[in-house]
Amino acid sequence: MDPDSEEWLRGLRGDGAVRQEAEARLHALLVKASFKEAHRRAASARLEGPDLEELAYQSANDAMVSVLRRLEDFRGESRFTTWVYRFAILEVSNKLARRRAALASAAMPLEAEDWERLPERFGDGPEESAQQRELVSAVRAAVRESLTPRQRELFVASVVHGEPTDALAARLGTSLGAVYKTMFDARKKLRAALDAQGLLDGGAPGRTGRAKVTKP
Amino acid sequence: MSVWWQQFEAFLATDPRDVGCDEAVRIMHVYAELVTQGADARSRFPGVAAHLAACGPCAEDVRGLVALLREEARPDTAS
Repeated sequence: MDPDSEEWLRGLRGDGAVRQEAEARLHALLVKASFKEAHRRAASARLEGPDLEELAYQSANDAMVSVLRRLEDFRGESRFTTWVYRFAILEVSNKLARRRAALASAAMPLEAEDWERLPERFGDGPEESAQQRELVSAVRAAVRESLTPRQRELFVASVVHGEPTDALAARLGTSLGAVYKTMFDARKKLRAALDAQGLLDGGAPGRTGRAKVTKP
Repeated sequence: MSVWWQQFEAFLATDPRDVGCDEAVRIMHVYAELVTQGADARSRFPGVAAHLAACGPCAEDVRGLVALLREEARPDTAS
């Protein structure tokens, strides 16, 4: 472990004034990190002014609680400050996801499945062709026949409606990891179903355009 | 084949090395430091790299951490 990280731990595990001083420094670090991250994401999140500042400050406070609670988890695999920044980044990220989920719930008619817009979600224009309609129909059938109800629910919300996966996780009260795993399995099943019908060209595994689709 | 179908097919492709969100988040501070140092983070953690290529939210988190570390490393912003 590097000397700076050891000093941080000594301070935060110390007593009285030593600990108070370390906690004050830690909070200042988290406030700085949270504000920088909130500002970095401000444009894409359409967030500004007091809302932005409140989100950043609340993120710093929540990150502070998490860091102090999980201090013993720090193994020295990175600098202590990098480990600490991670908590600030994740708090900002989670709060923005919850905010997007609330906005999406208000704006999106989730009960209606807009399958016709699937090609647009993946970069095509709004024009339709017979082949396009056939492919959309094949995907829709594969989703209906191959996926579990939960996989289907997440696929429709994420892919058909374009709801970001982190916002989707926040709306459903589950973790991003759980949503991602469900979608990972759904992608594999759909790929197998469509491949069995001879509809796929056999692109290389691991190359995905999904990040562009799921990002807010 | 149309552009959207190629993109959709690429989206369906899954990488068996993909470690998922939980592991990527668990290790993101180590990964971000390697990226910032110019080390080959992808080779060191291929499963994390595979995940970040597919998961927009996790990739954005790592981008944020790398941005913070890079700004911190600049001489005029070092504390």
